[in-house]
Amino acid sequence: MSRPEDNLPPDLFYNDVESRKYTTSSRIRNIQADMTHRALELLDLREPSFILDVGCGSGLSGEILSNVEPEEGGPHTWVGMDISSSMLAQALERDVEGDMLLADIGQGVPFRPGSFDAAISISAIQWLCNAETSDVSPESRLKRFFDSLYASLKRGGKAVCQFYPKNAQQRSMISNAAIKAGFGAGILEDDPETKSVKLPKSMKS
Amino acid sequence: MKLLTLNFLTCARKSCKSSPAAFPLHPKDAELEQVETEMNAVFLRNILPRLEWEAMRSITTELGLPNLPAETPASEDLVEKDGNGDGDGKDDEAAAGPSQIARDLHALLMETCIASGKLVCGNCGHEYAVKEGIANFLLPSHMV
Ligand SMILES: C[S@@+](CC[C@H](N)C(=O)[O-])C[C@H]1O[C@@H](n2cnc3c(N)ncnc32)[C@H](O)[C@@H]1O
Repeated sequence: MSRPEDNLPPDLFYNDVESRKYTTSSRIRNIQADMTHRALELLDLREPSFILDVGCGSGLSGEILSNVEPEEGGPHTWVGMDISSSMLAQALERDVEGDMLLADIGQGVPFRPGSFDAAISISAIQWLCNAETSDVSPESRLKRFFDSLYASLKRGGKAVCQFYPKNAQQRSMISNAAIKAGFGAGILEDDPETKSVKLPKSMKS
Repeated sequence: MKLLTLNFLTCARKSCKSSPAAFPLHPKDAELEQVETEMNAVFLRNILPRLEWEAMRSITTELGLPNLPAETPASEDLVEKDGNGDGDGKDDEAAAGPSQIARDLHALLMETCIASGKLVCGNCGHEYAVKEGIANFLLPSHMV
């Protein structure tokens, strides 16, 4: 199967038509919900937290964060970043509770140090392995992203990123950038059969 | 965008990173909107120590909102001193609901939103446009 990442930059791939298709597909919604619940389980947040959602898209994960029951440590308050204005438009249409920025995570995370209790990213950061322009390398964009993500978390804050690496090289490129930034990146393969779900749990101490 | 978020956002340019003037971003031609949300007292208590109160004060002044007190409210100011409301200071634990301070903070941080306008960096002068509550932080490559 061809990977969208190899063909178009994300803001062009996730245009109005694709963003609507993505957001309204019940198959996709179920998969993204499962992965968000898995990420929440790994984050193990005990009280209502301030969370960054990296590549938040149309807010499928955010909606779950907003609806975590008090008994389960919620509800959480989140801020999302995404490069696709069409995805964000879908989120607006669905009236999500989080704030959103139209932003390229390869340009860094523009929050002051220690802002967030935690960060999640579901199915987004593999896009950073494809550089959009010739004057920036994927390595430098990944570095910029992970360094600033690390700084934006409070002490002890965690980030859980689920992503789809194309191959072993992309996978180590991503985890190396995370480790260099200071994260204790552990890659967890939930679904070794299909090699589709990989969750590096990153911890900041 | 909630004023809460504005209290954490900085200019995205690398050259502004170490400049104290890059935070907070200054609202310009801002259109405010009040969006009702449910009060989350535990979240408020969690986020309170992380707020930059001075920035909060300057942002509210720039937006023409009522002045905030000089001091950051303390965690214990968020709960009603006397749960039963008879003012005798007893029964504090019994029904400790959110105080007026907590309700005001909730209204300011969680419900007061910038619907449109600009956010301006005090260091480089770059203006980030806000439309439908969403701030555009995409930088042209020569500014990254
Ligand atoms: C498969 S979608 C996942 C969306 C959402 N996290 C979810 O689980 O439904 C991937 C998202 O990553 C976003 N994305 C890709 N590259 C990005 C970048 N450089 N900066 C910000 N967002 C990006 C895309 O616009 C898209 O919304």
